[in-house]
Amino acid sequence: MGVKVLNPGLSTTIQDLGRPGYFHLGIPISGAMDQKAMRVANLLVGNPESAAGLEIVFTGPTLRFDEACLIAVTGAEMPFKLDGVSQSPWQSIQVEKGQTLEFDYLRAGARCYLSVSGGIDVPLILGSRSTYLVGSFGGMLGRPIAAGDILPLGDYDYLASQVGKNLPTEMLPNISVREIRVLPGLYSHRLTEGSISRFFSEKWVVASEADRMGYRFKGGQALEFVERKAPFGAGSDPSNIVDSSYAYGSIQVPSGTEPIILHRDAVSAGGYFTLGAVISADMDLIAQLQPNTSVQFVSIDMAEALAARAERVAAMEQIRAHILTD
Amino acid sequence: MSKKQIMSPLPGTFYRKPSPDSENFKNDGDSVEIDDVVGLAEVMKSFHEIKSTVSGGKIQFLIEDGDAIMPGQVIAEVE
Repeated sequence: MGVKVLNPGLSTTIQDLGRPGYFHLGIPISGAMDQKAMRVANLLVGNPESAAGLEIVFTGPTLRFDEACLIAVTGAEMPFKLDGVSQSPWQSIQVEKGQTLEFDYLRAGARCYLSVSGGIDVPLILGSRSTYLVGSFGGMLGRPIAAGDILPLGDYDYLASQVGKNLPTEMLPNISVREIRVLPGLYSHRLTEGSISRFFSEKWVVASEADRMGYRFKGGQALEFVERKAPFGAGSDPSNIVDSSYAYGSIQVPSGTEPIILHRDAVSAGGYFTLGAVISADMDLIAQLQPNTSVQFVSIDMAEALAARAERVAAMEQIRAHILTD
Repeated sequence: MSKKQIMSPLPGTFYRKPSPDSENFKNDGDSVEIDDVVGLAEVMKSFHEIKSTVSGGKIQFLIEDGDAIMPGQVIAEVE
């Protein structure tokens, strides 16, 4: 029973929508970096959106299904085959007992999401099945999946009408967007005006270090800070502040050189200033950036950020309505 | 004679040697067996060996040490 891992891929982890509510205790929210792709994968196979699936980064796993089930693959473009036969992403696919799923090279984006009917039924830790690699808990024993693992599946009421459910092209997320919207703050006053406008005018390139904790960027000029006398409790580097909490999406720039966008597995607090936060509507896009991709950060205000959030919620609602009623 | 390609499965930074002071895994003109390591890809703060999926002679690298790589990009060709 379950799904047998024949080859794990680079760093394939079990993720659901995350573990909110413990950030004040230093436990990150974790969960799928591309939340929309995870939600849609679950909807397509008839799971609750919060069911656990696999987050596949850069290279795919090889899996053997030891029970019949439905699967869906969403997110990055990474062609895949079931027993050697090419399949389409963004749709539910019927899998017979004993069939093997394999992935080809990544073509576009960075992360794929695989849902399986019933969800991957590992124990809930603090309300979530998400893997937190640095904390070594959640998912499969707190680590990426490994060859020989058997991923247990939850109960599922099979519905023939669920097979072949898909997303029309116009509802697919556009992962080729290279403009990332940022709400400046909370410590942007630490930078000179010239420096902050230069940050938003330069091209920044995803560094190879970018991962689930933080997306690091290179290529722009070092930031210039406003002169100050370091306050009590702050370090001596101009990028230091008295320790404070970080919101999901915050951009910290240690020593003013390489911006890091704090993502799902990021620390909750620290002593570096943040120049702004990527708006929630654009955080899924970050998950799909490959190393060496060039992006432009765009400064927007709170009203625009809230409008973008409402638009994102409406787009998800439209997808939900399409899949659930179609 | 047709050439066979060795591609990178990973994005990141490509290195031709295991450490800055080491010799290259392979030099232009060397012969290569399947599963021979031809380079490293650095991504997500770790290094991953890139192994040849083909065998042949006279390997010719198409990218330099320290270059950016994309998944599916051809690293080298062999005859």
